[in-house]
Amino acid sequence: MTPPAEHVHWLFATGFLLLGLCLLARAIVGDEVWQRRAWRAYLWPSLLFGLGLLMWPVMVFFTNSTIHMVAHGAWAQTMMLAGAAELGLLRGKLHNRAWRLALPFTLAVSGAALLIHEQNGWLFARAAFLHHIMGWTALVGAIFPLVAVARPRSRVWSTGLALTMVVIAVFLYSDRDVAPIFGHLSPLAGEEHR
Amino acid sequence: MSTQLITERVAVRARSTRARLIVVLGPVTMLGGVAWAFLQPYRLTLLHPHGQGFWWLFVEPPLLVIAVGVAFALFVAPGLIEDLEAGEEL
Repeated sequence: MTPPAEHVHWLFATGFLLLGLCLLARAIVGDEVWQRRAWRAYLWPSLLFGLGLLMWPVMVFFTNSTIHMVAHGAWAQTMMLAGAAELGLLRGKLHNRAWRLALPFTLAVSGAALLIHEQNGWLFARAAFLHHIMGWTALVGAIFPLVAVARPRSRVWSTGLALTMVVIAVFLYSDRDVAPIFGHLSPLAGEEHR
Repeated sequence: MSTQLITERVAVRARSTRARLIVVLGPVTMLGGVAWAFLQPYRLTLLHPHGQGFWWLFVEPPLLVIAVGVAFALFVAPGLIEDLEAGEEL
C-alpha cells in the first residue's frame, strides 16, 4: 500500500509550497508582524521540522541503494536540525544567533547530497535532470539565509529564501517515475511510464 | 458625504501594498493550480478514474496546489492582514 515514489515527491512538493508561501508572507510583512501570533511564529519552523521527520519513512521504504539512503537520511537530519534550531530560537531555549546558520547549512548539505547521489547526466531522464537542477538550486539558495544571518531585516534575502522553496516545490511537482526531459530519455533509464 | 463613508474610503485607500500582496498570495497559488489542471488535464486522474489505483486517485498535484492556496488564504492571510493593518495604524 506504499505510494509510488513520484507521489511521495508530489506530497513533499505540497509541503515545500506551503513552507514557501509562509516564508514569502513573512518576508513581505516582516518578522515583527509575522510573530505577533504565537502559532504563526511556530508555523514554518514546525513545517520544516515535520518535513524532516517525514523524510525518515521515505528513507526506509523508498530507497534502493546505499547512496540514495544516505542522501535521504542527510535531508531528514538537516531539515530537522534547521526546524529545531528555529523553534529553539523562537522559544528562547537557544540564544546564540549562530543557530540561524542551521538553515543555510541544511540547504547546502541537501544540495550537495542531491548532486553527489545522482550518478547520471542531466539529460539521462527527468529524475536525473531534477536532481541536478534541485541540487544547484539548493546550493545557490543557501546564500539567501546565509546573508540573512548577517542582515536579518533585509527583505531581499528572506524573499530569496522563500522563492527558493517555491522553486524546489515546482521541481518536485515535475517529477515522474521514468519520463523524458526536453525530449531526451536514455534507453538505459527503462521503459517510459505514463 | 457622511463621515462613515469618508472613513470607509480612507480605510480602503489605506490598504498598503504589503497587505495587498498578502491578499493575492493565496488566490495566485490557486490560479496556478487551476492553470496547471487546464494545461495538463491528464494529471487529474479523477477525470479518468477507471482502472486507477488508490494513490493515483488520492494524490492529484494540481488539486494539491489549489489546496495550499485555499489553506493559506483561509487560515494564514486573514490574521496576518489584520495584524499588519493594526501595526500600520499605530
